[in-house]
Amino acid sequence: MIEGETVHPYERFLRRGMIPHIWCEGCGNGIILNCFAQALEDLNMDLDKVVVVSGIGCIGRISGYTNTDSFHTTHGRPIAFATGVKLANPELKVVVISGDGDLFAIGGNHFIHAARRNIDIQVICANNFIYGMTGGQYGPTTPLDAWTTTTPYGNIEHAFNLVHLAAACGAVYVARWTALHVRRLTESIKKALQKEGFSFIEVVSQCPEIFGRYNKMETPLKMTQWFKQASQVQHFSDPAKAEITPEKITVGEFVDIEKPSYGRLLREMTTKAKEK
Amino acid sequence: MPIRTWRKPLDADKIKPPKGEVHIIMNRCKGCGYCVEFCPRDVLDTSEELNERGVHPPKVLDEGKCTLCGFCTVICPDFAIFTREKDCKEGC
Amino acid sequence: MATMEKGKLALSGQHFMNGDIACAEGAIAAGCRFFGGYPITPATEIAERMARRMPEVGGVCIQMEDEIASMAAVIGASYAGVKAMTATSGPGFSLMQENIGLAIMTETPCVIVNIMRGGPSTGQPTMPGQQDVMQARWGSHGDYEIIALAPSSVQEMFDLTVEAFNLSETFRVPVFVLADEIVGHMWERVTIPEAESIRIVNRKKPTTPPSIEYAPFQPDHDLIPHMAVFGQGYRFHATGLTHDEHGRPRTDSSEAQTRLVQRLCNKIRKNKEKIIRVENVMVEDAEVAVVAYGIAARAALSAVRKARAMGVKAGLIRLVSLWPFPDVQIAEVLGHVEAFVVPEMNCGQMVREVERAAKGTPVAFLSKLGEEPHRPSEILNAIDGVLKK
Repeated sequence: MIEGETVHPYERFLRRGMIPHIWCEGCGNGIILNCFAQALEDLNMDLDKVVVVSGIGCIGRISGYTNTDSFHTTHGRPIAFATGVKLANPELKVVVISGDGDLFAIGGNHFIHAARRNIDIQVICANNFIYGMTGGQYGPTTPLDAWTTTTPYGNIEHAFNLVHLAAACGAVYVARWTALHVRRLTESIKKALQKEGFSFIEVVSQCPEIFGRYNKMETPLKMTQWFKQASQVQHFSDPAKAEITPEKITVGEFVDIEKPSYGRLLREMTTKAKEK
Repeated sequence: MPIRTWRKPLDADKIKPPKGEVHIIMNRCKGCGYCVEFCPRDVLDTSEELNERGVHPPKVLDEGKCTLCGFCTVICPDFAIFTREKDCKEGC
Repeated sequence: MATMEKGKLALSGQHFMNGDIACAEGAIAAGCRFFGGYPITPATEIAERMARRMPEVGGVCIQMEDEIASMAAVIGASYAGVKAMTATSGPGFSLMQENIGLAIMTETPCVIVNIMRGGPSTGQPTMPGQQDVMQARWGSHGDYEIIALAPSSVQEMFDLTVEAFNLSETFRVPVFVLADEIVGHMWERVTIPEAESIRIVNRKKPTTPPSIEYAPFQPDHDLIPHMAVFGQGYRFHATGLTHDEHGRPRTDSSEAQTRLVQRLCNKIRKNKEKIIRVENVMVEDAEVAVVAYGIAARAALSAVRKARAMGVKAGLIRLVSLWPFPDVQIAEVLGHVEAFVVPEMNCGQMVREVERAAKGTPVAFLSKLGEEPHRPSEILNAIDGVLKK
């Protein structure tokens, strides 16, 4: 080990003065940030044209950590905001990175419509099954029977199957990885960034401090063991059958199709309108 | 678990796997243990010393085994560990 | 019918339009190239006009899934460098409040049009009201200042929408155009000037090139920061959390909260005189002043003229801007005005501001709800009434 040289290879993707970030030990959000940086590095993307938009939650802080133009919106609204950005300046690469509650509880309506419209944005969801920032309340992806502070008798609600939802809404690229699958997650992020249309990547993410502690996986390693044991890579399996259970987390790509984006159709329409 | 190879590749003499050197930014480490647990070559272990945060950062057990796979670089949530290619002009 | 010369940015010339259409044309003339909205009576015509005109002028009109998304998209477009607007009525206005707060906190230039109808709740979609004027000022949580304009004619729907964009770009604040349903739906002659003669103001651009030290919320002497937009290399962060001049969240610091929130208020308060617009008619020697806005001001003008014809020294203080409230303009007349009459199509909103500014001078409030706006005779009776007291 060499002393003195402490500049991380991805330092240029991180906003100066903001690291160390606020996330807990073992938090999957940090890994998502890392994979995102790796993807931008591999693609040699012009960072001046990347806009990171996030909502409210632990993962919502990610926009403050990326060395790009970024915006931290109100709860649930990053996708609607991102729609405005992308349509106003289609040359920008607009990426929404937000949480399961932000995107699918309060933000659910915006998700389904942006996917339906096929707005050319990439949405990365850090699914940690809980509302961590506010101390551990349940959310739309909290598993049945899980303990959270607002489900003290065990959760009696069924969880969303996010990849099924995204596929049903018309997303052109849908993938799920855990935060342990760093390489494949990075490849999926790269693919999504280069694909026209609405891409969705669900990252099953560790929240050992809160979700883990409340549900018998108190340490980062224990929670990650669950990912390791339960994950099964099955590309292009039926997303409807890909519910996450303690025994099985189906990961892989589920949808990869071509469909004209909203922006493309808008440009065609605008050209016609100007000619008439 | 490290990758155990039971056969020697036919071109083992010609192809040299890269050698990595491990850099640890001690005070960024939050002690999650991912790098130690998931290094495929068992290069790392948890150290005895404590950093500023009061956790045990990793330490390098045997840097000679590091093949620059970069897994620790990417899995670390805190950007506290990374590998660089070792300059092997003088031999490694 | 409003003639539509395709592709012209400002439809210069004489037109016969309704208020909603004139508002849309004012936005286009001001440089608006993004409209995000949702259909709602009686503002739908603005969205419909924008749907037809935005593509012609190379802009974007998108009907979002709800008003919350509309406001979010407007902020996004503005931060991407495009002048953006939305239009709604009471129920949608309520939905937008949280994101209006986001626009205020992130100092986003944008225009929000509320064609006010009878409320509360679903109320009377096709009937006029002036019931949202306080909501425009206080509707979002937290403490802040905004600017609101109240057109009284279709011509003003055009002119004041242009003005709204100019004010929002100058002060980096959401500006509201509050028209009642009558002004929104009535048809009148509109003169649209030549494009070159329409005064357009654009947001202050950064004066330094991108650098790590760039502070997106560092104010100038006028308390307004220069605005970088996405894609120019400034790589700035903006958040709805309390932040410092660099845009970094400062949820821990009382000092940062004090500095930021007071500046957001002061940038409007200290520049009040540049913002406030009041039209005085026969006020110089008035003994009774009618303070009115929107459609009520039309009847008020007629009432004041009739009063003068009867020998009563009445005058009209027409509020063209509602917020910030023109305290000074009210105070100026206290020397000779003995009573105020405030007709509003609500149960008493701007009248409270008049009472506050009137410092004890009697104020008579004339409420009217429902389909019919105040009649000149009703206001005349009120003028008479206050004099007799």
